[in-house]
Amino acid sequence: MKKVFGYPHALSEKRTHYCPGCTHGIIHRLVAEAIDELGVEEKTIGVAPVGCAVLAYEYFNVDFQEAAHGRAPAVATGIKRVHPGAVVFAYQGDGDLASIGAAEIIHAAARGEKIAVIFVNNAVYGMTGGQMAPTTLPGQKTTTSPYGRDTATVGYPIRVCELLATLDGPSYLARVSVHDPQHIIKAGQAIRKAFEMQISGQGFALVEVLSSCPTNWGMTPVNALQWVKDKMIPYYPLGVFRSPEEVTSHDA
Amino acid sequence: MERVMMKGNEALAEGAIRAGCRFFFGYPITPQNEIPEYMARRMPEVNGVFLQAESEVSAINMIYGAGGAGARALTSSSSPGISLKQEGISYIAGAQVPCVVVNVARGGPGLGGLNPSQSDYFQATKGGGHGDYRLIVYAPGTGQEMVDLIGIAFDKAEQYRNPVMILSDAIMGQMMEPVILPEMQEIPADKAWATTGKKGRSKPNVINSLGIIGEDLEKINIELQAKYARIEAEEVRYEADGVDDADLIVVAYGTSSRVVRSAIALLREEGKKVGLFRPITLWPFPKQVLQELANKGKKFLVVEMSAGQLVEDVILAVNDRSKVEFFGKLNGTIPTVREVYEEIASLLRKGGAK
Amino acid sequence: MTHEIICAGFGGQGVMLIGQLLAYGGMIEGKAVTWFPAYGPEMRGGTANCSVVISDQPVGSPIVSEPDGIIAMNRPSLEKFKLAVKPGGVIVYNSSMIEAVPEIPGLKIFPVPTNEIANELGNDKVANMVALGAYLGLTKIVDLSSIEEALKQVLPPHRHKLIPLNSAALQKGLELVEKS
Repeated sequence: MKKVFGYPHALSEKRTHYCPGCTHGIIHRLVAEAIDELGVEEKTIGVAPVGCAVLAYEYFNVDFQEAAHGRAPAVATGIKRVHPGAVVFAYQGDGDLASIGAAEIIHAAARGEKIAVIFVNNAVYGMTGGQMAPTTLPGQKTTTSPYGRDTATVGYPIRVCELLATLDGPSYLARVSVHDPQHIIKAGQAIRKAFEMQISGQGFALVEVLSSCPTNWGMTPVNALQWVKDKMIPYYPLGVFRSPEEVTSHDA
Repeated sequence: MERVMMKGNEALAEGAIRAGCRFFFGYPITPQNEIPEYMARRMPEVNGVFLQAESEVSAINMIYGAGGAGARALTSSSSPGISLKQEGISYIAGAQVPCVVVNVARGGPGLGGLNPSQSDYFQATKGGGHGDYRLIVYAPGTGQEMVDLIGIAFDKAEQYRNPVMILSDAIMGQMMEPVILPEMQEIPADKAWATTGKKGRSKPNVINSLGIIGEDLEKINIELQAKYARIEAEEVRYEADGVDDADLIVVAYGTSSRVVRSAIALLREEGKKVGLFRPITLWPFPKQVLQELANKGKKFLVVEMSAGQLVEDVILAVNDRSKVEFFGKLNGTIPTVREVYEEIASLLRKGGAK
Repeated sequence: MTHEIICAGFGGQGVMLIGQLLAYGGMIEGKAVTWFPAYGPEMRGGTANCSVVISDQPVGSPIVSEPDGIIAMNRPSLEKFKLAVKPGGVIVYNSSMIEAVPEIPGLKIFPVPTNEIANELGNDKVANMVALGAYLGLTKIVDLSSIEEALKQVLPPHRHKLIPLNSAALQKGLELVEKS
């Protein structure tokens, strides 16, 4: 019998701890598919974050280092400098990357550090139980913004791709979503492109993936995907914010 | 072998390179700036990497990445910067990654001052970060030890897969003294446990300090404690100068041990029986040797540039078998030879320690 | 034998350099030596001094508080350190910038018009070398030839063309002592 669907080789067959309806699993799969397609499993080194993806090293079939909260880009920098021929990626959530690790991501991007960052934005701190994130939308209720995010007192969400696009360092910046099959295919293409950047020796690549958190949003998985489409995408528009072609012309 | 004059900070930096360190990540802070500046000039000459990190926090995490990837990696800073690195040091200890951290200590607390100080002893030896962990801590007392101990530090870091700290200070760092440099070593980053990409292995290597599942964390800690016990049994270093016939033994490390040595030389010229005991490893602490000396009836005086930190370890080692006196200088001041001389002379007049 | 020296002056007078030359010279002669700098908080133009210890035993404290001799290139430095000098010690001071110093019992006080002599040699910058030459003449702590050898190690290669000028200045200082 012909196998028509299976695990990508770069993904271990361990059962994940992610909640039902969470899109981390889809994003893991897209990363593993990119590793498979590019044939780089034996030279890929991942860096896991603190947050929901803290156990990412259990799920990928590649070497991994676990970083402290927010420090994944610095850890990835150390690894990449030692093994410049390796494909090094960090997998980070919104609290990790845009709050406690804001300095690390900005400077890794500014240096044009030759790493790929998969940035999962679900507008909430997942693992700690649904607190307000730097990407929580105005008015959005979380356990630490129980009356809705009040921009007058706690300010506004951070658009990471737009912020990093002000820098000369990055080679590739894209925001994608995984709320429906069509967008999942596009997300997979963007993730693959981020990995290709390193193989071709180009600089910093970041793919921001809009993701759902049905548990902490208090929604069904289906409604959560709809919320990504209806609420998140208008605030966080999808697209490419820096392409390698631009970088070439910029340098010239 | 040719002796060359070098500042302590530069001797340490060249010693690290000779010991095969090819990765330095750091951040500017006085009085350790000669180390990153030297590395910035020197690393390109040996195909190494110098990277000025955006913060101390990032620098220590770059070391974690580079050490985990199998390389000999170094960061250096001074007291306030070392406080910032504590998060990373705890993770590195937990994940059992070899690396070397240099503290060219200055006075505190807070922003403190630029003067030399020994008030980071507790932070270095008792764990400045969270969790039950230990660093091997070396306290160089000469320019030559700046060179030699950094080499030993890298060897021990790899042998035990543990972070190692060099606790220096502004005087040790700024002082020039002749040193003999060792031959250049090249150490490949190909450790069997390191994140190198899993080519040639069936299972991925994972560098990790998380023990969230079941009783994993207890197991990790039992393993760590067993390692620390081995280090305590094997790695104690100290210098004992003239302690056998001494009525009074002065205990001091680093800069203060040098002042003590000068004071003792004056007293010995006068026929006074005073010895110097200088811990070279602050952890593991040479408690056994001190205990044996106490059993022989020796009295002790501890001299340090702090309100009294080393003295606590000496008291614990001596364990009431003998009295321990203390002479400390608070941050920003260095004991003079005359002050230490007077202190010892007055204790001897009183018949040793009380 | 242990000899402890403080070299002090304004930043820019080259007191750190002459201290280093003493330390290098001692090292070349096989001695144990240390050199330790102390700066004021200013980045430019402040006071500066360095402690040098030359010994046939391992050096203890690198910080000198009771020197066997001082080289004072300006008045604040002289005032700061003159009373710390050990009995039997030596004070060399820059008489181009400091008026005559009254005697201090038990000390040898030696004026050197360093700037005038340096100007005669055509370069005011070697005033420090004139003072060092006089100090060598008075203390014999390091041989002149060792200091000349030290110059090759301390000065960067592109400044080696200045070594003959520096040697001449050292010699002038030394001769001043011999003639006195």
